[in-house]
Amino acid sequence: MDQTLSEFGNVFVFFLLGVVFVAGGYLTARMLRPSRPNPVKTSTYECGEEAVGSAWVKFNIRFYVVALIFIIFDVEVVFLFPWATVFRQLGSFALVEALVFAGILILGLVYAWVKGDLDWVRPTPSVPKMPEMPASKSTSQRD
Amino acid sequence: MSNPTYTAIFYLFAAITVFSAAFVVFSRNVIYSAFSLLFTFFGIAALYVFLSADFIAVTQVVVYVGGILVLLLFGVMFTNNIMDTDLKTDVLHAIPGTFLFLGILAALLFTFYTTNGWMPSDTQLQGSVVERIGFETMSRYVLPFEMASILLLAALIGAAFLARYDNGGTNEH
Amino acid sequence: MGNSLNAWSDALAGFQPAGLPLGLLIIAAIPLVFIALYALTYGVYGERKISAFMQDRLGPMEVGKWGILQTLADILKLLQKEDIVPTSADKFLFVIGPGVLFVGSFLAFAVLPFSPAFIGANLNVGLFFAIGIVALEVVGILAAGWGSNNKWSLYGAVRSVAQIVSYEIPAAIALLCGAMMAGTLDMQQINILQSGTYGFAHFFLFQSPIAWLPFLIYFIASLAEVNRAPFDIPEAESELVAGYFTEYSGMKFAVIFLAEYGSMFMVSAIISIVFLGGWNSPLPNIGPIALNDMTTGPVWGAFWIISKGFFFIFVQMWLRWTLPRLRVDQLMYVCWKVLTPFAFVSFVLTAIWEIYVP
Repeated sequence: MDQTLSEFGNVFVFFLLGVVFVAGGYLTARMLRPSRPNPVKTSTYECGEEAVGSAWVKFNIRFYVVALIFIIFDVEVVFLFPWATVFRQLGSFALVEALVFAGILILGLVYAWVKGDLDWVRPTPSVPKMPEMPASKSTSQRD
Repeated sequence: MSNPTYTAIFYLFAAITVFSAAFVVFSRNVIYSAFSLLFTFFGIAALYVFLSADFIAVTQVVVYVGGILVLLLFGVMFTNNIMDTDLKTDVLHAIPGTFLFLGILAALLFTFYTTNGWMPSDTQLQGSVVERIGFETMSRYVLPFEMASILLLAALIGAAFLARYDNGGTNEH
Repeated sequence: MGNSLNAWSDALAGFQPAGLPLGLLIIAAIPLVFIALYALTYGVYGERKISAFMQDRLGPMEVGKWGILQTLADILKLLQKEDIVPTSADKFLFVIGPGVLFVGSFLAFAVLPFSPAFIGANLNVGLFFAIGIVALEVVGILAAGWGSNNKWSLYGAVRSVAQIVSYEIPAAIALLCGAMMAGTLDMQQINILQSGTYGFAHFFLFQSPIAWLPFLIYFIASLAEVNRAPFDIPEAESELVAGYFTEYSGMKFAVIFLAEYGSMFMVSAIISIVFLGGWNSPLPNIGPIALNDMTTGPVWGAFWIISKGFFFIFVQMWLRWTLPRLRVDQLMYVCWKVLTPFAFVSFVLTAIWEIYVP
């Protein structure tokens, strides 16, 4: 128990050092850098155009679906990691159990695939129609 | 746990968990509430470490911070005009609410103090927790293990279905 | 070698003058200094020079001989640059975003074994921790993107997060295959299992023909996780300016930059550890010439793992100038319809191989 705790204690020290490093960096820079903000400088950058409205707008729901599907598979992987450390001692039984477990979830992936939940909106390039030209007569005859 | 440093760190994480959770509830800015959950989840993960459940602690970070929190943030960000809406956290039904709160608190404390066995167990766990979890899921808890997969499948199909049919509105991006 | 496992880090952890855990701080400071040094030399100067040579240019040549002092000039510039916080930004999230991102990137270094004798925190669940801590980076990116209140930033952040979480699935399953071959999640144990007198032949990649599949899947997915080309749509400069860090300047930009280079080394080190033996020497003993024994040890270990990591970073830089950027729909197609099914295939094959083939 103390072993686990002390190793995570090291992780905690890493965490503290990371925080101190970032805070120290900010402070050092604050002492060195100039600070002369003006309304133009602190306006939102939109390639020189004046920003229209807030950026906090509604997004495509598909990003949300991706996050949902991610959680399901993430939980599955979490279940499989302890299994991965012991499955060799347990042999075929463990293999069958894990295959059933993964198989059921692959069904879910297949379902989402077939129903088109994994398809992103594709750009549909519209090629402008060229006006019919006399020169194209030869190409149309070919087929 | 006798080490005073560990005790101090334990209380630090306990405080972080409680205060960030309180901030989630009381903040008027919904996006701050969501980001505050990060600290709640991390505090809970640290508390798992103090129970020497290292695998559960990392799972807490993977699933809750990496999954649930991102989902919540997406949910907040993708809602129309979330920043224009003033969150109404007015206190409604103050007196029944207080009674409910006190009742639940009393019930919890009662169970907490009357349940025996809050002593440190004599049998300390030998070896890695991960391997023990692996063995247990493959022996005593095989059925729950497989049921979990069916539950996840149901969740996946349900989530995909709902998201698909709520998609009738206009997508601005 | 077995008895000297973690000798340096244990000795440092025991170094507690006046009861203060100074040694622990030094343990944590070593990877931090490493990130800073590597990002500033190989990351800044190296990437510019490599990019330049690949495009038949010279790259930075003005500051010092062959532009070797360019890095120093960059540090001075970043320190002195005015730190602009947009008026419409959410100040708190704007400031805290890079910090969360950096801490998430840096925490993963706690479980990287830099040498047989040195590891920050020898967790039982090291590999799983390294996969999971990416979650913190994701939250940092969202905080930075949302806090900027800039359309480029928010769009870049959402794209980046969707990409990172999607590709975490094939990446995690590929590393699961590595964990299955090792039978443990302990990073040092994974390395020890791959050591032997035949050098590279003991590496998991050469232990089973199936290991190539998870290796390739993890490599592709790791490119997406660190937003490198061809998966760099979150910061595609031709459409999103700079993605989620469009509004950042000065020190905050430097912190984001360090976090990105930190993650690049992190994924490169993980792929080296899980599939290519980590700190093990790839040289075999050839008869009387004991090349493997000569190149094994704490210092050699650090040399091998850092060179392997740098090699994969070089490949990442190389790919940037080789492959065109993917579109969003192609990105999701590659993740869910190519990598994830193949990851499951490699999972099943690895399981069968490990049980039925000795």
